[in-house]
Amino acid sequence: MSATAASAVPDPAAEPQAAVQVEHLDVSYRVRGHDRLALRDVSFTIGRNESYGLVGESGSGKSTAALALTRYLPRNGRVSAGSILIAGRDPLAMDAAELRQLRARSVSMVYQEPGKALNPGIRVGRQVAEVYELAGLGRAEAMERSAAMLSKVQISDPGQVMKRYPHQLSGGMAQRAVIAMALAAEPSLLILDEPTTALDATVEAEVLDLVAGLRDEFDTSLLFISHNLAVIAKMCDRVGVLYAGELIEEGPARQVFDQPRHPYTMGLLRCIPRQGQRKDHGRLDAIPGFLPPPGQTQAGCIFAPRCPIAEQRCRDAAPPAFDVGPGRSSRCYLHAATADLPRNTPVDVQLPSLAEAARPIVSIRNLSKTFTAHGEAVQALARVDLDIERGETLGLVGESGSGKTTLARTLLGLIPPDDSSIIELDGEPLGADLRQRRRSQLKALQIVFQNPDSALNRRHTVRRLISRPLTKLAGLTGSALAERLTDLVRSVRMETRHLPLRPRQLSGGLKQRVAIARAFGGGPRLVVCDEPTSALDVSVQAAILNLLADLQAKEQVTYLFISHDLGLVRYLADRIAVLYLGRVMELGPAERVFSGPHHPYTEALLSAVPSLDGLRTDRIRLTGEIPSAASPPTGCVFHTRCPRRLASGICESTEPPLAEVEPGHLMSCHIPIDQLTNLQSNKRMP
Amino acid sequence: MTEIVAMPPGIVASQAERRDQPVWRMLLARPTFVTGAVMLLFWIACAIFGTAIAPHNPLAQQLLATNHPPSAAHWFGTDQLGRDVFSRVIVGARSILIIAPLATVLGTVLGTALGLALGYLGGIVDLLASRLVEAVLALPAIVVIFLFVVALGVSTITQILVIGFIFTPLIARTVRSAVQVEGQLDYVPAARLLGERPGRMMFVEILPNVIPTVLVEFTVRLGYAIFAVATLAFLGFGVQLSTPNWGTDINANYVLLGAGYWWETLFPALAIASLIIAINLVADSTEQVLAG
Repeated sequence: MSATAASAVPDPAAEPQAAVQVEHLDVSYRVRGHDRLALRDVSFTIGRNESYGLVGESGSGKSTAALALTRYLPRNGRVSAGSILIAGRDPLAMDAAELRQLRARSVSMVYQEPGKALNPGIRVGRQVAEVYELAGLGRAEAMERSAAMLSKVQISDPGQVMKRYPHQLSGGMAQRAVIAMALAAEPSLLILDEPTTALDATVEAEVLDLVAGLRDEFDTSLLFISHNLAVIAKMCDRVGVLYAGELIEEGPARQVFDQPRHPYTMGLLRCIPRQGQRKDHGRLDAIPGFLPPPGQTQAGCIFAPRCPIAEQRCRDAAPPAFDVGPGRSSRCYLHAATADLPRNTPVDVQLPSLAEAARPIVSIRNLSKTFTAHGEAVQALARVDLDIERGETLGLVGESGSGKTTLARTLLGLIPPDDSSIIELDGEPLGADLRQRRRSQLKALQIVFQNPDSALNRRHTVRRLISRPLTKLAGLTGSALAERLTDLVRSVRMETRHLPLRPRQLSGGLKQRVAIARAFGGGPRLVVCDEPTSALDVSVQAAILNLLADLQAKEQVTYLFISHDLGLVRYLADRIAVLYLGRVMELGPAERVFSGPHHPYTEALLSAVPSLDGLRTDRIRLTGEIPSAASPPTGCVFHTRCPRRLASGICESTEPPLAEVEPGHLMSCHIPIDQLTNLQSNKRMP
Repeated sequence: MTEIVAMPPGIVASQAERRDQPVWRMLLARPTFVTGAVMLLFWIACAIFGTAIAPHNPLAQQLLATNHPPSAAHWFGTDQLGRDVFSRVIVGARSILIIAPLATVLGTVLGTALGLALGYLGGIVDLLASRLVEAVLALPAIVVIFLFVVALGVSTITQILVIGFIFTPLIARTVRSAVQVEGQLDYVPAARLLGERPGRMMFVEILPNVIPTVLVEFTVRLGYAIFAVATLAFLGFGVQLSTPNWGTDINANYVLLGAGYWWETLFPALAIASLIIAINLVADSTEQVLAG
């Protein structure tokens, strides 16, 4: 390039130019006449064909950063300082036509909800083809290129898929179509904002592999935004950690996650159970306190109020970005001390004393549940047999649609099971419907829901929410009620000053504590925890898990712990049941289920989970989608996706029984256990 | 400890902000609400203090000054009996502002109870009752009201009851769907697990959460009620109180429009229109504030 280098047209042949260069970026939202900073002094650079990750909790400003890059900020948002260059060009200085060109040609975005990114009224094929037509191709050629693009994103029958409407696609399939659209323009930068958060683990693994593969093929730079550290670790070369609008640490992904140099990054990593950590090894190290509200300004380091090693200077003046190694920076005065960060939470663990050889607290036999949808019978649960032992934590895992929640709801009596089903509590059969259950039986079974916003009546105060089970189920009044209420509030680590507040005045973590207090109010014997931490931020999640473990020891309750997060289940559960299409595939002690030999489905689930602890070499992948429960496959229901299906054809014809393969370890698989052990032994499991 | 929700950042901030303010302050910040409320308060004041505000006795006939156009003495002119139109408009607010709100309150209370029961209990009762509600909705409300008032005889009580009952299924339908949305939230099964009875489920757990819907529905229906009462009066089935009535006045005078005596019809008509507009302004802004 000669003197025209300043011309607006970027030339790929020119000397390597950063795909994105952000300098001292401030973004503020104007709310009721006040400017609130959502991003403060954020600088980062994404090189050509580099994959850059932005990781942070809710309100950290990760999505704001992505929106600012393409000038998609909502009307009340604006870049109040700093500069952005995308391939050397400033989107802030562009006029409408140039901006349209930028969005159409150079930058593509993929969002969390594929269902919302596609127009529900237009066939998928037309939507993809539109991208090519905008680039100037004719209609026929555009359709042809679309089909080719869809097969690139591993959609096996593009012709069929193109004729469908978005609602006829599964989540994974729709996200592939969105990625196909994003890549159709051959953008120089692809922004992915939590692209797999709404997907199941097995589908997530496929989509991540797909993105990684396509990135090489298309020579595209990636900006990958996620709250999931493991996903970022897997996908990104370099990573920036955002906290409350500030980029507090930056560097090569492996280094940042292996040797963090900021107390927040360290704290986040310690919140996640890793390397097979279990509750009897010690409590998780939660970060105390809460994320600051959006736009809050304070003197000093933004993380200081929650930092265990903060000093006076941290509170006086915000730390600059320190250079802490090649390509690494940390906004912490004490970055050198991060490696020896003291624990926030004491390690000591109390474990429930398991009553030896007592009969199970809950015994489920032949539990089936058939829903009728559009005249079709859909079997959500099929002849499930399961015992829940007194005082244990039984983990329930499986993809969405596997029947986890249906199992919990029939057990609780919220939905009646099919007639032949038997659910017993302490050997006594439970009524199918709540109204047929005695008060003592109601008392015994309670639940903590996934989303406290939905589970707490937003018009009731905390006092009312927590004291209702005390009066209704425990029958307390007067001073006994007041005493137990205070006791309960303390035991979920809340204070009595929270009692007059309503849910909306509480943070997510506090709301979930209220929900937990309510579940424990009546003195339950079994508490169903239905994804109790998945709606919460990582730093809050650890505290809730610790609380659940402490309460279990104190109150001697049994947990049925439902989660899609295998790391959490491994941490908390004593035994694990793996569900697939409403059937128990595997049941056994947590360590046995995780270490193997395990059911091929369990194996696939485990290998789909991205890990922070280095990459696994060998992975088995599931292809295809979960079959519809309305017409489950013959024989073993997993055979359509099973990577270890037997050649003899028995898997297709006969459903294997749930048989004990070793003491206490049951599996529903035709493959003999020795053979499974051999097949799986050459792999290092997490 | 502001709420932190996983949503686009701008929305988080504005939501937190919105919730910091009480509803009435958000309402007062809206010009549409203030305009509507001022107009409404004016008519309420007229209904209460009408005879004290009115410059003339609305019933006093001046047979020497019939059909006078608007002037300094008679701002809205006089009618065919020489009565002051301005005073009649002022005082005429009373009957409409007694019947319409009471009828709407009746319809709202019954409709809310019915909607709660149908939405929460569901099942075959809901199915049948909802079909019935739809059948009622298919009839033109004003004709039904008219028929009942004719059949039952004109009185304040009849009008209140008939309009109230006609509104009941309309309001029930809206409340029912709001209750069904609430039923999808987990606090409902959570309360059932505490052994709460259906009555408590409906009135203590769910009702407070559908109150915004009920309020909006009330204000919208109030506008319709005023229209209905005025129409009945215009058709000659207005309540024969000793006070004037806008609809009756229009009915008595519109035949004189051809003679050029427009003020005798226009001003009562404007009064009806302004009252309905006032209520609609209040209804719209209430809905926007409560829906966020």
